[in-house]
Amino acid sequence: MEIPYTVSTRPDTGLWNAKVGIWLFLASEVMLFGGLFSAYIFLRIDAPPGTWPRGVLNVPVGTFNTSILIISSVMVVLAWASLKMRRYRAYWWYMLGTILCGIVFLVIKLGYEWPLDYVHFGAYIKPEALGKYEQYLGNAYAAEKDLPPRLEITGHLHNQAALKDPNIKEYEVALDPLNAYPTNPEVDRPHFFPLPVTDKIAKIEKEDVERATMFLPTHSTYFASYFTITGLHGAHVLGGVLVFIYLWLPVSKRLYQSNPEHLANRVEVAGLFWHFVDLIWIFVFPLFYLL
Amino acid sequence: MDSSASVDTHHEPHAHDAAHEHHELGFWRKYIFSTDHKVIGIQYLISGLIFLFFGFCLMMLMRWQLAYPGHELPVIGKWLPHIFGPESMPDGKMTPNFYNSLGAMHGTIMIFLGVVPIAFAAFGNFVVPLQIGAPDMAFPKVNMASYWAFFIGGSIMLISFFVPGGAAKGGWTSYTPLAAFDDTGPGRLVVFNGQTLWLIAFIFLITSSLLGAINFIPTIIQLRAKGLTWMRLPVFVWTEFVTAFLLLLAFPPLEAAIIMQLMDRVAHTSFFLPAGLVLNGAPVSISGGGSPLLWQHLFWFLGHPEVYVLVLPAFGIVAEILANNSRKPLWGYKAHVFAVLTIGFLSFIVWAHHMWLTGMGSGVSAFFQTTTILISVPSVIILSAFFISLWGGSIRFTVPMLFTIAFLPMFGIGGLTGIPLAFNSADLYLHDTYYVIAHFHYLVAPGTIFAIFGGIYYWFPKATGRKMNDFWGRVHFWPTLICMNAIFLPMFLQGMAGMHRRWYDGGQGWNVANDHTIWGLTGFEWNKPISWAAWIMGLAQIPFIINFFWSIKHGKKVNDNPWEATTLEWTAPSPPPHGNFVHTPVAYRGPYEYSLPGRDRDFTMQNEPVEPAERTRRKPPAESVLV
Repeated sequence: MEIPYTVSTRPDTGLWNAKVGIWLFLASEVMLFGGLFSAYIFLRIDAPPGTWPRGVLNVPVGTFNTSILIISSVMVVLAWASLKMRRYRAYWWYMLGTILCGIVFLVIKLGYEWPLDYVHFGAYIKPEALGKYEQYLGNAYAAEKDLPPRLEITGHLHNQAALKDPNIKEYEVALDPLNAYPTNPEVDRPHFFPLPVTDKIAKIEKEDVERATMFLPTHSTYFASYFTITGLHGAHVLGGVLVFIYLWLPVSKRLYQSNPEHLANRVEVAGLFWHFVDLIWIFVFPLFYLL
Repeated sequence: MDSSASVDTHHEPHAHDAAHEHHELGFWRKYIFSTDHKVIGIQYLISGLIFLFFGFCLMMLMRWQLAYPGHELPVIGKWLPHIFGPESMPDGKMTPNFYNSLGAMHGTIMIFLGVVPIAFAAFGNFVVPLQIGAPDMAFPKVNMASYWAFFIGGSIMLISFFVPGGAAKGGWTSYTPLAAFDDTGPGRLVVFNGQTLWLIAFIFLITSSLLGAINFIPTIIQLRAKGLTWMRLPVFVWTEFVTAFLLLLAFPPLEAAIIMQLMDRVAHTSFFLPAGLVLNGAPVSISGGGSPLLWQHLFWFLGHPEVYVLVLPAFGIVAEILANNSRKPLWGYKAHVFAVLTIGFLSFIVWAHHMWLTGMGSGVSAFFQTTTILISVPSVIILSAFFISLWGGSIRFTVPMLFTIAFLPMFGIGGLTGIPLAFNSADLYLHDTYYVIAHFHYLVAPGTIFAIFGGIYYWFPKATGRKMNDFWGRVHFWPTLICMNAIFLPMFLQGMAGMHRRWYDGGQGWNVANDHTIWGLTGFEWNKPISWAAWIMGLAQIPFIINFFWSIKHGKKVNDNPWEATTLEWTAPSPPPHGNFVHTPVAYRGPYEYSLPGRDRDFTMQNEPVEPAERTRRKPPAESVLV
């Protein structure tokens, strides 16, 4: 028994089966990420002023990762085109390039960017104590310049034990530039190249703090969305890389020798998925890094 | 063209050649990890029926608590704590937590593990490739993966009964913030607790239906037999096609929501949790900023299309059986097709009518009231066309036809009683009462499940080569029909009297359920006859179960087309071999050419070539029969 139109196209639709399948799968993926993005919009619209973090991610690294994904998308097209021209060696190199790009992306994302957030600390100050920390928050200055209110003091936590130990009464934080120089116009807006944490250390009493966490999903709905969406996106990148590795290994060379068009179709389908994953990132990047 | 080849419905010697590669497969590949659409269809059917019965048993337990609250359950009451744990029914008396588990799991199991796997996946897998003349589904391995994802999801759902605290208790809708904190705290495990397992099981179930949907649609687009144009497809194929789109596009937003609720439970995020929540008297340490309403939107974005996932395949099954047993073309084929497509589209923009009570605002409500009323138009078109199809037919009251005919008024009652719920003002009163329970059960229980029964009796000969017993089929049908109505009709009364659907004591402790009588009984007292009807209906399923398994080996042997039907599945041998058809079928005509004038038989199969005399008629006779 043979299923028709697995490799050749059906005359009246002009398609082979897997091409229909992958487009439908991508439609479903649009709805999956659509659900998550609409949750992001819903939550962000609802967020009271000053509670939605901005400019906390490293934009140059994100830009670099964006370009890595775009390059990999170009390479997978070249890989597919090489197969269509029956140039297996070129295909092999382009495919290797695509796989490496995917891995580099994942390493940067999960191995560098995520840990940057784990070590960052933020403490939301109770409304009644905001005045006490005015020197770090500069709310009067912010109101004057029509900036959103500042409710949180962020930086690197020096006494990590304070998070767990109830006997320690205060957090020692090496302040971010915003909290170190709150009235400096330089820090009104996030910078493309992030300003490093300053040497200025603030002591924040625990009883003035509403909630204090590292930059983890528990920190805010912003970081919850960020880790959920980039995590799911990372899982998609990983899935794509695994498929590409399969298509690149010798096992696929045997398919090339027996039915090169079939391998080309597989690469096309996997490539469509890869472009989609790339496209999702094109939405993730501005939503979380820039806006 | 050789007409004898195409009408051939008998086994031929080389039919066994077609099944040749079949022989090389061992037991495990042939029956368990099979990629054959027919085996997968039957796997779905049997697992689905088991889940359906299990879900029904949960409800029968609940009916005891509703009718005799606080009484010891006789006979099996002593045994249940040994199965479901000491917290479930100490001394045979049901605890509130166990009652909540049963309610949540009844809904979940019936919908996602019972009806959808049977109506969409089982019948779809078995029938669709045969009806479109294809050798198998477009992606057989994906098909197998779909079943096994379903199997894992179902198993996790069952396992959740046996973890500390028992299965999920937050209702099948798992509304937050309740569901975000259910089954947490002392004595509960982090992952192995009811609600978290519910969420994890759902990820598998959604994966399963996604894999099913991306298989059905390419199969129908790509693998239709030669000559089987879109307007020659049987209505069942159309309904499966639209249903697949609903699953494809409506389930992923729920998956997004489930991932977020999982994050809320495991990683302590606040997607669905506002600030300032107090749990057991202590403020909850979360960031807040989330929205419970967001969960409801994402849930019902699936939830409403899901209703049509349950209903559309039932329409398709009914169309097949109705045309076959009234020996008359289905009235208004094109109207059917466009009505099904319209339902598919509209079902995506009605979801918020489940949320009138949240106070979304009058603008939003007005929009969703309008779309909700709009969607009743195509539903009425379909149901009317079914009734008109009966007009002037020579009806054969076979067992599948009995279930089909019963489907029509039952579904009608369910549909019409939904209209008051579509209006904001009426729903504010009826929301969360037994009226709602009665309304949607009329659609799904005597509606879809009757279609499922009809479909099982109807296609059983194709799957096994034998018919199910007719007499015991009738013994199954009549008590089921009577009990269904005895269960759900009084619920309309209870609901209109204001009885809430989630009362653990059946209303015993509430004035509104005891102060007035309706037809001689108070709202609370009505629980007793309803419960007895439910238990009798449980007994009425025994003839079906025995009939089903007995007939596989001992049923009456029949030929390949015992119902004298017209669609392509009846041209294949019964049971069809691996690869299905002896000769690749070619379709020459529409799906329901019954009682064509000038023929010696009252059915003309789709693969019978059009005769020259027929060509001269400008209008197909099929559409002029009624006039």
